[in-house]
Amino acid sequence: MSILDIDERILQLVEVCEFDKSPINDIKEISEGCDIGLIEGGCCNTENIRVLREFRKHCKILIAVGQCSITGGLPAMRNGIPIREIFEEVYYNGPTVANKLIPNDEEIPHILDRVYPCHEIVKIDYFLPGCAPRADLIWEALTALISGKDLSHLTYANFKYD
Amino acid sequence: MEQGHIKITIDGKDIMAREGQSIVQAAREAGVYVPTLCDFKSLKPAGTCRVCSVKVNGKIQSGCTTEVSYGMKIENESPELINLRRGLVEMLFVEGNHMCPSCEKSGNCELQAIAYRYQMAVPRFPFSFPHRKVEAKLPHLLLEHNRCIQCLRCVRGVKAKDGHDIFGFIRRGHNIRITVDTTDPDSLSEVTAQKSNGYLPRRSFD
Repeated sequence: MSILDIDERILQLVEVCEFDKSPINDIKEISEGCDIGLIEGGCCNTENIRVLREFRKHCKILIAVGQCSITGGLPAMRNGIPIREIFEEVYYNGPTVANKLIPNDEEIPHILDRVYPCHEIVKIDYFLPGCAPRADLIWEALTALISGKDLSHLTYANFKYD
Repeated sequence: MEQGHIKITIDGKDIMAREGQSIVQAAREAGVYVPTLCDFKSLKPAGTCRVCSVKVNGKIQSGCTTEVSYGMKIENESPELINLRRGLVEMLFVEGNHMCPSCEKSGNCELQAIAYRYQMAVPRFPFSFPHRKVEAKLPHLLLEHNRCIQCLRCVRGVKAKDGHDIFGFIRRGHNIRITVDTTDPDSLSEVTAQKSNGYLPRRSFD
């Protein structure tokens, strides 16, 4: 959603590109042959992996946006702690737990053994760091890619991890 | 040439260094930037982080522990060294849990600053996500093992009143951990906390 931080520049963007699947227009399926895919967040469960693979299949260029997608981010703080311990803490021993039950409905995606950064699951072409990434960084990256340049040098002042 | 002065070359530029200086010191005096992490003010260089790696007469060496000698030809900012240093910083990032978005040192962190300088978007190595606990045994200091890069600044820089060590390290290789002598009365003092404030997070700021 940090793409909205580019403010009125989004009007220039819609002049040159078309939004496919996005939280902005709430379309759930990606159409074939999308040029640029922006993915945020790491992979915590099987559904995240399915969506990421869908993106990779349909997008020519895939960009990981934000620290969670690049490093696993804050959800990755659970990495290194056994999954059983986490479930027991959350669904059994937590101070506000009323019904001690670990959800296991088949509708619910399976949680992974740890949080995976996107590039450990599929090939990622570019990375835009930040939490959230600076609007100017997103703007710089999108305008460069749309005009056929690559992203080997991003502006120093926009390149942040926090 | 003045007595005790030595001529060296860094990236093709002639520089006058003093005898006994390290490459990093000589470069710094001449206004040439060589990145460092474990190096700190007056502490004797330990060469633990290797981020200051330079190429001396064709051989890669750590700049902080190598003394200058006459006619040294030093490479500092070549693409090869930039790639090597970025690789070293990436290794430090994947070895610990360096979570910039939630870290109180973010924005005031030397490791982060060097990663920005070399535009490290993502490490080329897989993250190891080690499980480490924060130690809060001391009244004024936190031992945040997740952020530790084993530079040994605290071990080298903070001493008790009688001169013996307060911090030390246990185990070797990737299992190395910083530990603190909690039995020493000096380790409990506010003075120690202030002295280590360059190396370790303090529990409170006033």
